This record gives sequence, structure tokens and C-alpha cells, in this order.
Amino acid sequence: MADAAQPARDSAPSDLRTEIAAWMAAHLTGEFAALQHRGGPGDEEADPELRKRWEQEMAAGGWTGIGWPVEFGGRGFSIEDQVIFHEEYARAGGPGRMGHIGEGLLGPTLIRYGTPEQRQRFLPGILEGREFWAQGYSEPNAGSDLSNVQTRCWQTDDGSWRVSGQKIWTSLAHESDWIFVIARSEPGSKGRHGLSFLLLPLDQDGISIRPIRQMSGGSEFNEVFFDEAVAEADCLVGAPGEGWKVAMGLLEVERGVSTLGQQMHFAHELQLVIEAAKQTGQAAEPAIRARIAEAWGGLRVMRYNALRMLAGGDDLALPREALIYKYYWSNWHRDLGKLAMDILGPEGEVPSEDPVIRRLQQIFFFSRADTIYAGSNEIQLNLIAERGLGLPREPRP
Amino acid sequence: MAFSLSDDERMIAEAAAEVLAEASDSVAVRACCEAGEGIDRALWEQVAGELGWCAVGIDEALGGMGMGVLTEALLFEQSGAHLLCAPFFSSVALGANLLRHVASVRAAEAWLAAVAEGRMSLSAPLPDSPHWSDAAAGVRAEAADAGWRLMGEVARVPDAAHVDALVCLADAGDGELGLFAVVQAAEGVSVSARPGWDATRVFGSWMLDGAPAERLDVGGVADGALQRAAAIARLHIAAEALGGAQRCLDLTTAYVAERKQFGRAVGSFQAVKHRCAQMMVEVEALRSGVFGAARLAEAEDDTAQLAAECHALRLRADRAFFFCAQEAIQLHGGVGFTWEYDPQLYFKRAQAARSWLGRPERGGEAVAAHLLDDEAA
Repeated sequence: MADAAQPARDSAPSDLRTEIAAWMAAHLTGEFAALQHRGGPGDEEADPELRKRWEQEMAAGGWTGIGWPVEFGGRGFSIEDQVIFHEEYARAGGPGRMGHIGEGLLGPTLIRYGTPEQRQRFLPGILEGREFWAQGYSEPNAGSDLSNVQTRCWQTDDGSWRVSGQKIWTSLAHESDWIFVIARSEPGSKGRHGLSFLLLPLDQDGISIRPIRQMSGGSEFNEVFFDEAVAEADCLVGAPGEGWKVAMGLLEVERGVSTLGQQMHFAHELQLVIEAAKQTGQAAEPAIRARIAEAWGGLRVMRYNALRMLAGGDDLALPREALIYKYYWSNWHRDLGKLAMDILGPEGEVPSEDPVIRRLQQIFFFSRADTIYAGSNEIQLNLIAERGLGLPREPRP
Repeated sequence: MAFSLSDDERMIAEAAAEVLAEASDSVAVRACCEAGEGIDRALWEQVAGELGWCAVGIDEALGGMGMGVLTEALLFEQSGAHLLCAPFFSSVALGANLLRHVASVRAAEAWLAAVAEGRMSLSAPLPDSPHWSDAAAGVRAEAADAGWRLMGEVARVPDAAHVDALVCLADAGDGELGLFAVVQAAEGVSVSARPGWDATRVFGSWMLDGAPAERLDVGGVADGALQRAAAIARLHIAAEALGGAQRCLDLTTAYVAERKQFGRAVGSFQAVKHRCAQMMVEVEALRSGVFGAARLAEAEDDTAQLAAECHALRLRADRAFFFCAQEAIQLHGGVGFTWEYDPQLYFKRAQAARSWLGRPERGGEAVAAHLLDDEAA
């Protein structure tokens, strides 16, 4: 059913769009039907086991690693085709990907910085939806100031590494098989220098995982403790001391691919908000109407902003529309969460059994994290001012 | 939808920026404001004649360049950035716009050809109402001789005093709304104008006392056509606001980079950096919105969708422009408050624009109605 919030397909559907839509219609059914629109940020505890099976379903359909080069088992899709995939996947309500850290972060890191042996060993598990990865970057004292990493690593006589320290905000660590970490390999080094990038299996004595309870009651995030945890000699990616370059190298790569898919998912959420407004009668309230109009207009702009980013090509010097993007979507989403809760009123005050209302409540809480993770508002504004406007950089200690 | 500019689009936009940066600089704009008429006649001749900007969006068959809505919007971005004192906005975003969307093709032809050649400046009323049809209130058309005569006051006309002709709406009897064109030189026309706080665009009234007029519509103005014209007018208002907001950001960034206090450039203080960054977020979001709405308009899509988008866009533009003008004043410190520094010019323009074709908040209500009250298929 067409609705005012959902963007229409641009002009004639390409063969790829039709193919993906058809595949999703045929496969997001049966037991997988329960996963529709589930498992995204703020909802990552939604049936991890079933979502892992969905990864395997995606793999069997040839939809994993679509952006990876063909020689590494991927499909070598252009940016444009990757965007089409993400958009149609989201339009069909495809669930949040359990494999997104492996496919989106670790895989491309190994493709760019890994040895042939590392690629051979780890890429197939990701592509086949068999092996799941967690990202070990942030620490209690290394959040916005990520280079203040204190977790240590050192090499032993047999060439293997030991890691001691702590990582935090690790999504779904308890559901993952492996973790990649940046740790300080050069004693006495500070900041970005002297770090190394290591791969460790999570199921070992030296690693313990403790879930962090969030304000919404769930626990997507974890603390991960390393007590002389073991990484094999072959599990160092890049040279010792190059860890920062390896960890950050990816963040320069085209990030625009998932923007339209994200915006499609947000359109679905906005539609839920609009329906809640109609059902509760809040759709007649002038102030609520104004905020709904604002949310809709803001989403149209988000879409156009993403399209501008994608039209910009592969220029790595971040243009202005890319610089504002994270700040823009996260604050839009936070406002949406507040609007949803205001619409629900007293009914919203009780944790709901109704999955739709529960979803809106989750957005209200989790969107408070949207403006904090992946570069907080304050960090984004620094970046925009410095890179976008050429204003002086923050003084470094 | 093509989200990058074609070479032609880019060239036209860059050339416009260059021309206006020089010819419509602060000194030139202030001179116009002092003179009280809101027009730089030499620059208008150049814009309409040699540069041919009025021709940009008009069909090639009529002597235009046949470029799209986005190209026009890019020109308006520059006219807004440099507060161009000339009836460019009124001729193209209002007059020619109504001719292209509301007038019959046959009636519009001669007028549009004249506009394209730069021989004819136009304007139209901008009522304090989201419905352009409300501009017909108090204006009556009577069939007379072989044509029509108009009676009443057409108020809120930008560049009223110096345009060659007015495109206006009038009650044509039997509840029918008609679109008419009246030349200023005609009998029964008297024009008054008065500079407002924003002296870069001087509004006025045309008093019509049996003035002969050409009727441009056939069988009454179609609501959908008027809606589409209004949407595009709002889009161009937003495009001008984008230019103004960007200019406020540019002035501010330049100032805070130079101004030193406490031994360093004030732009090195994080609070100041963040305020400038927030301006940039508003500007770039608005830019994306203008781009998207313009491409949507070019795709000849659903008018209801375009109308909603342009209402939302105009609301965003008002907020972004006023915010940037306000921040420009604030971040200039004491001098931001003075007549001498330029933020005040943009501040006044931003406020004035709120009253053009309905308050922005009414536009928000129109979007809400589209989303919440219209039953989509």
C-alpha cells in the first residue's frame, strides 16, 4: 500500500531492483517473516539465532559480500547497485544484519590490509554467514578520544600475542565468534602511534563478556574483558604499530551505500508514528501535526542529502553534504523518538506488549544513543567546523 | 533523478555568482536601498538583456533556453545571496511562473517571448495567505468591449513601481477565478510603493480603476495549476533563502577567523565553531531540499506531492535563513548589530520573506493535512 511517508521507486525499476524485491518476497517468509523490520540499531536483541539463519539464507541467495571484489568471493557491485540493494532490502523490511560487522568492517579491512592467508581463512566464514564478528575499539577511557586506547598487547616467544585490557560498547559480543581489537603494542606510546590490530576468538578463557544494561532495559552492548587473551601469530593485521591506520582506513571508504536503506527504514518508522497519531487522535492536535510535518520534510531532505552524497562519486575529500549527514540523521531520529512518545501519551509510559508500540518506545530510548555513538554530536560539530568551514582545529594535548 | 549538476547548470550558476559578487556587492546594494526604489536599473538591464537570465527556464520555442527548474533555482540562490535589487524574482518566479502553469498556452506565448528577450518585467501579488487565489480578494474583472477591465487594489506586489506589467488574479464573475495581465502604462492604473525594513525588495500596490486587461486563462483558473505554480514560487523563495543563509555563513566564518580576542581568533573557540557548524548543517540540509524539490518539479510528477514538498521546503528555508542571519549577527559581536555590517541586510530579508505567499507555519499545516487527512490510495 502506498503511503505518504514511503519514497516511491525512482522511474522504471531496474532489473536488479525487481530481482531483489522478488527474492525478498519469496524468502522473507515462513519462519523469517517474524524478522521483518526487526533487528536494527536499538533492536539488535531480536532473535539472534534466527537472524543468523537468515544470514545463511542471504548467503545461499548470493546476497552477501555484494560490494566485495569478485576475486575475494564478492559480487563486485558498483556503488549504485549496492545502494539499490540496500534500498530494496529495507523496503521489504529486511532485518538488521547479524553479519554487518564482518561484511562491512572486518572483511573490507582484510581485503585491504590482510594477508592472503588471513583472507582465505576468514572471508568465507563471513560470506557464508557462518562466522560472526564483534568490534573491539572503544574503551572506558577511549570513547570520543579513541586513540587513548589503553588495552595492551605483546608478542610472546612463539609469535602469538597476548591481550590484556577492556573494551566497551561492543555490540552483540555474546552472539559473536571473533573479535577484532586495537591495542597498544608499543609500551609508553601515546595516541595513534604504537597500536596494533589483532583478531581473537571470543570463546577462550582469557575473555569474559558482561552485558551492559541500557536505559530501555535491553542489553545490546557489552563490556569485554581481556586477561592475557590469546591471538595467534597469524592474527595480526598489518604491521605492529600500524593498528590505527588499519582500524581507521575503512572509515574513509564509501559510507554512502547504506544511506538510502537507512532512510527507507526510517520511512517505515515514520509511518508507524503517523499511524499511532491517527489511532490515538493526536493527529488532530496542531502541535503534533506540525511536528509530523517537520519529520516528513526532514526525511525527504535526508533522502536528497543521501542522493547528493552518492552523486558525488568516489571523491574521498568529504564534501559538505557528507560532513553533515551523521549529525543530521541522528538528530532527526532523536526528534522522531520524542514525537512518538509524545503521541503515545500515558499509554507510552508503560512498557508495552504490543510490538508496534514497543518499537516506538524503543526508538525513543535508543535514539538517545544515536547522537552519541559513531561520532557524538559534539565531535561531528568539530569536524564540520574544521573540515567544512576551515575553522581552527581543537588544540591537542 | 540526477543529483549532480550538468556542465551547463554548473556554468550558469558559477557565472551568476561571479557577476553578482561584483555588480551586486554590499556597496551596490546599499546604494539601491538608500535611493529607496529597490532597483539597480543598469544591473537589471544586464541581467535581463545581455545575460538572459529570464530566458533560462522558458521554452526554446519561445526564445528561451529550455533549462529546468533547478537551473532557475541556482540563479535564485545567487540573487538571494547578493540581494539582487531587480525584478528578476518577480518576473521569473512569479510572473512567468503563473504564465507557464496557469495561463493558456496561446495567451502566454507572446508574454513569455517578451520576458525571454528581456523586454518585459513582470510581477504578481504575494498575498499573506497560502492560497494564491486569495490574491483575488477585492479585485473584480468585468467583461467590457472586446476585453476585460479590472477594478480594485492588487496589494503586496514586489517591485510594484518598476515592472512593465502585472499578472494578477481576479473574480471574473459567477465564482470564477481569472488570470489577467495589465500593463503599467494602461489607463486606470496607479501604483504606489513604499520601502520596508528590507529595502532590497520594495513592495507596493496597483490600484486598478477600470484598467484594461488581457485575460490569460480559459474557463477559469484550474486549482491544480495554481497549486503547482505556488509550489514552484515557494521553491524559488527557498532557493533565495539558501543563498542568503550561505552568505550569512560565509560572512560569519570570515569574521570569526579574523577577529581576535583573548589572544586568539574567536573562531578557535569551540562554542563559536559549533555555532558555525550548526549553520552549515542547516544550509546543507536546505541545499539538499532545494535540489531534490527542483528535480522533482522537473520530473512532472504528482502535483500534490510537489506541493507538500515545497511547503515543507519553504518552512525549512525560513527557519534556516532566519537562524543563519541571527547567528551571523550574534557571532559578529557588537558590530553585528550595526547598520554598517551586512548581517542586518540578511536579517531583514529573512524576516520579510516570512510573509510571502503565506506564513511558513501554514505550510506546515498543509503538509500535515496531506499526510494525515488525505486518504492515500
